[in-house]
Amino acid sequence: MSEMKLSCEAIRQVEEVCEKFQNDPGELIAILHECQAHLGYLPEDVQRVIANKLGIPASKVYGVVTFYSFFTMTPKGKYPISVCLGTACYVRGADKLLEEFKRVLGIDVGQTTPDGKFSLDCLRCVGACGLAPVATIGEKVYGRLNPADIKKIVDEFANKE
Amino acid sequence: MEKQIKLTIDKRPVSVAPGTSILDAAKSVGIAIPTLCHIDLKGTCVKNNPASCRICVVEVEGRRNLAPSCATMCTEGMVVWTNSARVVRARKTIAELMLSDHPNDCLTCPKCSDCELQRLVMRFNIREMPFQGGEQSTRKKEVTAAISRNMDKCILCRRCESVCNNVQSVGVLGAIRRGFDTTIAPTFDRMFKDTDCTYCGQCVAVCPTGALTERDNTDRLLEDLNNPDKIVIAQPAPAVRVAIGEEFGMEPGTIATGKLATALHFLGFTKVFDTDFGADLTIMEEGAEIIHRLKAFLAGDKNVKLPIMTSCCPAWVNFFEHNYPDLLDYPSSAKSPAQMFGAIAKTWWCEKRGIDREKVVVVSIMPCLAKKYECEREEFSVDGNPDVDYSISTRELARLIKRANIDFKALPDSDFDTPMGESSGAAAIFGASGGVMEAALRTVYEVFTGKMLPKLEFTQVRGFEGIKEAVIDIDGFPLKVCVAHTLSNARILMDRLRKGELDYHVVEVMACPGGCIGGAGQPYHHGHAEILQARAAAVYREDEGKAIRMSHKNPDIIKLYEDFLGDPLGERSEELLHTHYFNKQIQ
Repeated sequence: MSEMKLSCEAIRQVEEVCEKFQNDPGELIAILHECQAHLGYLPEDVQRVIANKLGIPASKVYGVVTFYSFFTMTPKGKYPISVCLGTACYVRGADKLLEEFKRVLGIDVGQTTPDGKFSLDCLRCVGACGLAPVATIGEKVYGRLNPADIKKIVDEFANKE
Repeated sequence: MEKQIKLTIDKRPVSVAPGTSILDAAKSVGIAIPTLCHIDLKGTCVKNNPASCRICVVEVEGRRNLAPSCATMCTEGMVVWTNSARVVRARKTIAELMLSDHPNDCLTCPKCSDCELQRLVMRFNIREMPFQGGEQSTRKKEVTAAISRNMDKCILCRRCESVCNNVQSVGVLGAIRRGFDTTIAPTFDRMFKDTDCTYCGQCVAVCPTGALTERDNTDRLLEDLNNPDKIVIAQPAPAVRVAIGEEFGMEPGTIATGKLATALHFLGFTKVFDTDFGADLTIMEEGAEIIHRLKAFLAGDKNVKLPIMTSCCPAWVNFFEHNYPDLLDYPSSAKSPAQMFGAIAKTWWCEKRGIDREKVVVVSIMPCLAKKYECEREEFSVDGNPDVDYSISTRELARLIKRANIDFKALPDSDFDTPMGESSGAAAIFGASGGVMEAALRTVYEVFTGKMLPKLEFTQVRGFEGIKEAVIDIDGFPLKVCVAHTLSNARILMDRLRKGELDYHVVEVMACPGGCIGGAGQPYHHGHAEILQARAAAVYREDEGKAIRMSHKNPDIIKLYEDFLGDPLGERSEELLHTHYFNKQIQ
């Protein structure tokens, strides 16, 4: 059913996270956080493993994963792109920036490019409002962005090894 | 006695035990506060109390906000208003907001006139929709073998989620996403068929609106009844006759067996037989299996699988196939009464009359939705022709009767047709939790010991307790039995079995609260536990009124074995009346 089979290593990692939290269903959100930090996303199989460990239905885990926008079920790209749609960035044209990212990458928000290199997300404020509009690619923050710059920046990352 | 709390509700003094909600306190003095998400089927574990709909809000003096009466406990000296202008206004607005994203097609909705939201709209005198535009039809719609799902009509009361998780422990339904996108969906937003859903249908039984309903087979049946080339056979289940009267304004617990038979004749069925006949047959086979395993056990066979578990309930069968594929050897291999009936109707009865089975349409009338799915199981068919063609629920039959201009209440009584319409009192009690066990005990005792049973009633296994245990003296042998209803109780037993800690000889499981009388195809109980109790009492009254009260004494059953089957568990019986189970674990 799910797109990908988990590696034994990944399953072990997820189980370890659950055990670290004493398999306590009350710690579900913390467990999901940590699993996503390890794996980059929370596919169905991961949710199933967590549900089994905590002794709760997978539907409950899935409910929490879909409730919080932080959690994702699609694997992130190698270079995750986040466009800030906070107030300051928005008034300085973040929406146009986002449209340009979508156009250049050929994907929608929440999706990943077929080659697995880029994923596109929105966020609210990275605390660099003075540089608005802002986007982050991987760990790097880009400020005072102009839609015209985007193609070039994306290409730079695309051409890395 | 515990100290009572005194309070005032709508100027009336009320005195209640600590821990009583305002809603229940009001009810005790005849004040019916409207509710929507709340359901409390007292005496069973069916309860939903999330205080999410806010319809039941009341004004509590000294408190700033309105309080949900279902989730607010009474305190000493409280002064409550359930009908102040502020409350009435707020309640109406809450309902109007619910309508803002609810489809407006009441006239053609399957739940029309049985919808709790619709009732509130009438009660609150809502004559226009001040808020509009939130309606969307992007949510999944699905018609499975048993259940029809249209989540546009969901009001997020969470009753289905409570039942699926807390009562049935199936854990398929849950809320997903947030805001306007929130919906209740099966695991990973899949279709029901790709999940562990057992089709017990208890989500349908509690849904206040038309979001979850049964798959409707009435048009299909009408077509068959009007087809001159078809021979259409009816077989109504034991629990149908004690509930169908409710659909026509009769008192809950009315036994309408005679009227039911007449109505089925009038509807145009070629033969009106009885699933109770199949129930007697089930006892013959399952009883023989119980005796067979017991004898092996007593002879020191270490590999014999005990406890033997009943297998009449199709949702329970789905449940263990999905969750306990390692324990498939424990349940009896006996088919359900409806399927046994179908297998015999399409062999013995057809052969006797020289009719081709393809011409015969066997329709079961069931208190159940999982039976619809059971009919579609491949192993219950011969060359693609099912033993039971399809199943309709008690509610669907009532709709058909109304559509055929039959005044049910005014009908005279009539009998079922022979030879598959004769049944014992043991078959009648299949409808209540503990009934199959009691019926089996009556026959097992006499066949096993060769002696007359001194007292027919085994009251230890009756009633609404979730897990009932008893030790039955079978002529010196202490037979340990256990009866469970609802699947969460079944899970408790199965987990113990897996650990090797289930010390019984015979176990009965029914998926629905109270057994088949509380089935998902029955007239809606709308949270009134008295209705289920009245139906259960009627089932036992039906038994008392029968001349024959043990399955093995049913003359038509005896004749069937003489004429056709041979012995219980014999070659032909094994072929026609027994089945096997599959590992259906979702990967």
